Order: sequence, then C-alpha cells, then structure tokens
Amino acid sequence: MQFELDEEQAEWRSILRRFVEKEVAPFAREYEEAHRYPTEIIEKMKDLGLFGVTVPDQYGGMDTGAVGLAIMFEEISRGWMSVAGALGSHTLACFMIAKHGTEEQKQRLLPDLATGKRRTALALTEAGAGSDLQGIKTRAVRDGDGYRINGSKMWITNARYADPLPVLVRTGTQNRGSRELSILLVDGDAEGLEVSRDLGKLGYRGIETCEVVLNDVWVPEANLLGGEEGKGLKQVLSSLEIGRVNVAARSLGIAQSALDKALTYAKQREAFEQPIAEFQAVQLKLAKMATDIQAARLLTWWAASAIDRGARSDVESGMAKYLASETAVSAALESMRIHGASGYSTEFEVERLYRDAPLMVIGEGTNDILSMVIARGLLKNAG
Amino acid sequence: MKIVVLIKEVPDTYGERKLNIETGLADRGASEAVLDEIGERSVEVALSHADAHPGTEVVVLSMAPEGSAATIRKGLAMGAGSAVHVVDPGLVGADTGLTAEVLAAALRRVGFDLVIGGNVSTDGSGGVLPAMIAELLDVPSATSLNAVEITEDRVSGERASDAATMRVSATLPAVISVTERLPEGRFPNFKGIMAAKKKPFETVTLADLGIDPEAPEASRSIVIGVSEKPPREAGVKIVDEGDAGEQLAEFLAQNRLV
Repeated sequence: MQFELDEEQAEWRSILRRFVEKEVAPFAREYEEAHRYPTEIIEKMKDLGLFGVTVPDQYGGMDTGAVGLAIMFEEISRGWMSVAGALGSHTLACFMIAKHGTEEQKQRLLPDLATGKRRTALALTEAGAGSDLQGIKTRAVRDGDGYRINGSKMWITNARYADPLPVLVRTGTQNRGSRELSILLVDGDAEGLEVSRDLGKLGYRGIETCEVVLNDVWVPEANLLGGEEGKGLKQVLSSLEIGRVNVAARSLGIAQSALDKALTYAKQREAFEQPIAEFQAVQLKLAKMATDIQAARLLTWWAASAIDRGARSDVESGMAKYLASETAVSAALESMRIHGASGYSTEFEVERLYRDAPLMVIGEGTNDILSMVIARGLLKNAG
Repeated sequence: MKIVVLIKEVPDTYGERKLNIETGLADRGASEAVLDEIGERSVEVALSHADAHPGTEVVVLSMAPEGSAATIRKGLAMGAGSAVHVVDPGLVGADTGLTAEVLAAALRRVGFDLVIGGNVSTDGSGGVLPAMIAELLDVPSATSLNAVEITEDRVSGERASDAATMRVSATLPAVISVTERLPEGRFPNFKGIMAAKKKPFETVTLADLGIDPEAPEASRSIVIGVSEKPPREAGVKIVDEGDAGEQLAEFLAQNRLV
C-alpha cells in the first residue's frame, strides 16, 4: 500500500504550486470580476508544457499519466478553477485523438496540440442532450469525399479557440444504439461553423462557455476520428475516466483553497478577544473540511493510479468525482461561514469558490448519473 | 563552451529560518529546502545562452549536504546537462574560505570556460564566494552584474555599485556573479523532471578533490558563540491628546534619531 507521490510527482506538484502562486492566483479575482479571458496565463501554461499532459512523448507531449494530470488540475484550480477549464476539454480531446486517431491524424495534430500552438475542445452536449449522449440531434451525412454536418452544440468550453473542434455527430440512421455516432474533427475556420453566443454563468467566469452552430459544415473524410464510422460513443466513453479525474481534481483545488483561506482567516480574525480559531465551533468545521478533502484526494489518486496501471476505473473515477465535488460544495460553504460576512463579500475570494463549486457536481457526468454508474458496478459484482 | 553554474540549497526564503543554537548551523528542519532563487537566475543566464548557442554545455555545481540531491536535480530539470555535488562530512559548518577552496578545486576538476553564480545567497548573505573562487583559480571576476553578454571568448556586463554603474568585461575563462536584475529562472516541466533522472549526476568527496578540511596551515574562521535574538521589547505608545507631535519629537531627540 502506497499513499505517497513518487519523487517526480512530488516535484511536479511543487513546481505547479509555485507557478500557480505566482502566475495564476494573484490575477484570479481581477480577471474573474471583469469576465476577462486569461490569455497571459494561458501563454505561460503553454511554456510549461501543460497542454501536452495527455499527449505521448513520441508526438511531443509529456504524458504525465493520470496521477500527474490530477496533480496539475488540483494545483491550478487551487489558484483559479476557470483556468483549468482552458486545459480540461483540450486534454480530453488530445487523449482521445492519441488513443483512437489514425496515425496520420496523430502526426498531423498532436505535435501542435501538445505545445498549445493549436488548441482543441470537445463538442458533445446539446441543448437537449447532456448525460444522455445518444440523444444528440446533430447529424452528418456523406457528401462527396467527406461529410456535411448540421446541428448545434451547447456548453462548449474553449469553442472559440478550438482548431480542430471534435464534434460528436449522428452518422447512423437509427434513433438509438452505440454504433450510430461518430466524431468529426472540424477545422476551426470551417465554413458554416459559428460560435453563436457565450452563455452567462453563476461562476466559472473568464473562460467562455459557448453555443456552437454547425450550418452545412463540410469536413473531409480524413477528419473522421479513427477513420471508421460508428465508433464515436465508444471513443468518447473511453476518455470519461480521465474526465472524471480531471473534475475530481478541480474540485479538490476549490476545496483546498477554501480550507487554506479558512485557516488563515480563523487565525487572524478576533472575536471576544481571541482569534476565532480558538473556538471549538470553528475547529469542528476545519477538522471536517480537512478530513473530507484528504479522503477525496486519496480516492482521486487511487482512481487515477488505476488508469495508469491500465485497469478499469469507471466506478473508481466515478466515486472520486462524486466525493470530491460534493466536498468542494460543502467546503466552500463552510469556509464562507467561517469568514462570516466577509465571506459573502466580493472583497474576499471565498464567494468565488462558492460560485465555482456547483459546476463540479454537475459537469462531466452529474453526480446522480455517476451514482448510477457506481451502483451498477456494485450490483454487477454482487453475488 | 562550458558554463558551470554554482547553485545552493537554502531554507525557503518565505518560510521560517532558524539557527540551531547548539551547533550554530542553519536548522534545516525548520522550513522547506529550496534552490536559492539567485541560483535559478544564474542557471537561466546559462540556459538562455545555451538555447541560442547549440553546443553549449551547462553544468550545475553545488557543495551541499547529502540530502540536497533533489534540490540540485532541479537545475537539471530546468535544462542543465549534468550536475556535480560535493558532499563530505568534513564540510559541515564550512566557512567561506573552505567553501571557496572546495568549489575552486571542483571547478578545476570539471573544467570551465565561464562560471556563473549569484551575487549573494538568501541564507548566508556573504556575497564573497565568486570573487574568492576567481582569486583561487587565478581568472578574472566580474561580480554583481545587472546584465550579461556572453561571446565566444569574452563575458561582459553592467556592474552596479552604490556609487556608479560600470561596464565591465573579461576574457574567458572567467567567473561572474549576477544580481536579481537578471530574469527569473524558468519553471521546469514534467518532461524536464523525468529527463533529469537520466542526466549525469556526479558526487565527489573532499578526498576526490584532495582537500583536508582540518589543514592547520589554512586559516579558518571559528564560531565563538551563538545566541537567540533577544525578544522585542514593548515600544513606546504615543496617544494623541493634542501633543503627539511634541512627544514624537522628544522621543526622536532622546534616542538621538534626529
């Protein structure tokens, strides 16, 4: 049984922590208030190679493994969760292309995606289909040497910067069935591809979340991921475990930041002539937060190390994402309570954590859907 | 060209720094050990030259306790090609004279065209080593440079002192030290960390360098005593009842501060 990071992972964590303290955290409040896209931070993340964490070495990436990826998402989110959003769907799409792309697609796309010279995203969900991806309406029909796509996608982070934008489309003729869907890699400047609007959000500001309209967009056959129709759902599902680890780790970042801020504030703020940290009511909250966070972190590393071993991690990553995101929500609220009125004020950062945390419960498979995944796994294995 | 960069492990500048009162040595357990920031800047000077001039060899050199290997490896993760770590029980509590002697011997052994160090470390704050090393190696030194240009056979730069700024230059081989005006060190990435594991990392002892730390003919400084800093005493509180200005002036005059 091993609960510690290895030397390289620990070093990676300490470098990221310093990077975030210097280049991310100091700008979070100002940028988020102004709904400002963190362009400068993203450029610095490119220098650090963060866009290549799921790209294999041979294509210019640095393949940190899922544990390395979890460390990265936690540390960045500890500074500002929105910034992790610039990397989230990018890393998932890179993972999918690396795993399922044809050799030509990998050679053409991965080296530039690894450095962040080109960026990507994932266009899966629609206004009428999120958890139920088989219900998507966007359709692609054969047209000459390629496909013509019509439809629209919703809640697409980084859509404006994606080139290519992988789009989940219906290529089959049946209403349901896992063989009906495919992924097409749509060039960012494809005619008929339009980012129609940015969606307003409670939190997760600074990073755009968009509606994308595809109006008679033509893509060449060479951009069908893996070169075979009907594999789309399988390709997407294969990246979900990484996706859940990503959101679990982002949740940890939010929760840890909530705890850090609560600890600092509790030691500084005085009431009845002593720091409020001396009060048992405050100590109980701190102890609960720290315990929940560490439990969620170990669960996340455990799920991630299963992926790195090549083992199944659907139930494991589901549990990690479930516990970590619920912990983010409760820790943000508890931290706000410890901060009292200051916590409710926009002068302090706790209110941002409180607004960012609920996305963790909803995104990348709602916790309700994930609970079903966990339960199915349990029931299947029960005698 | 071969550039050797002097790096040092120090207690975290932003953490608590304490002396062990019994031994007079830095209490290494009091805070996290980090690579001194000025050392990172020195590595950066070497690496940016190497980036623009393929074929440049960058070596990091450190005299440090046994547990410092991970910190020295950070220099490798940033991009240096190899590392030399001088470690020996005889070096515990070494003064600047012995340190300079050891580093000079190590530099002779490694070979160099240019040696780059920080002007002053954040822990010891001696600020004399680069000049001492240059003296022992009998090469020119240019210290406290705010800007550095390296060519095939020369190093030049801008040296700031309290009174003036000077343009200085020296033919190679030479030793320079740099100030905080030089750019910050780059962040290593995961690839760099993994690559650092496979880079040459040589550990040498005093015997390898032919140095006797107890040599009676060498002058060494001796610590006579170490004591806690006395606690701060309560200051004088002046409450303004219309005469705060007068009270303040009186306080300053009494303490000969004006």
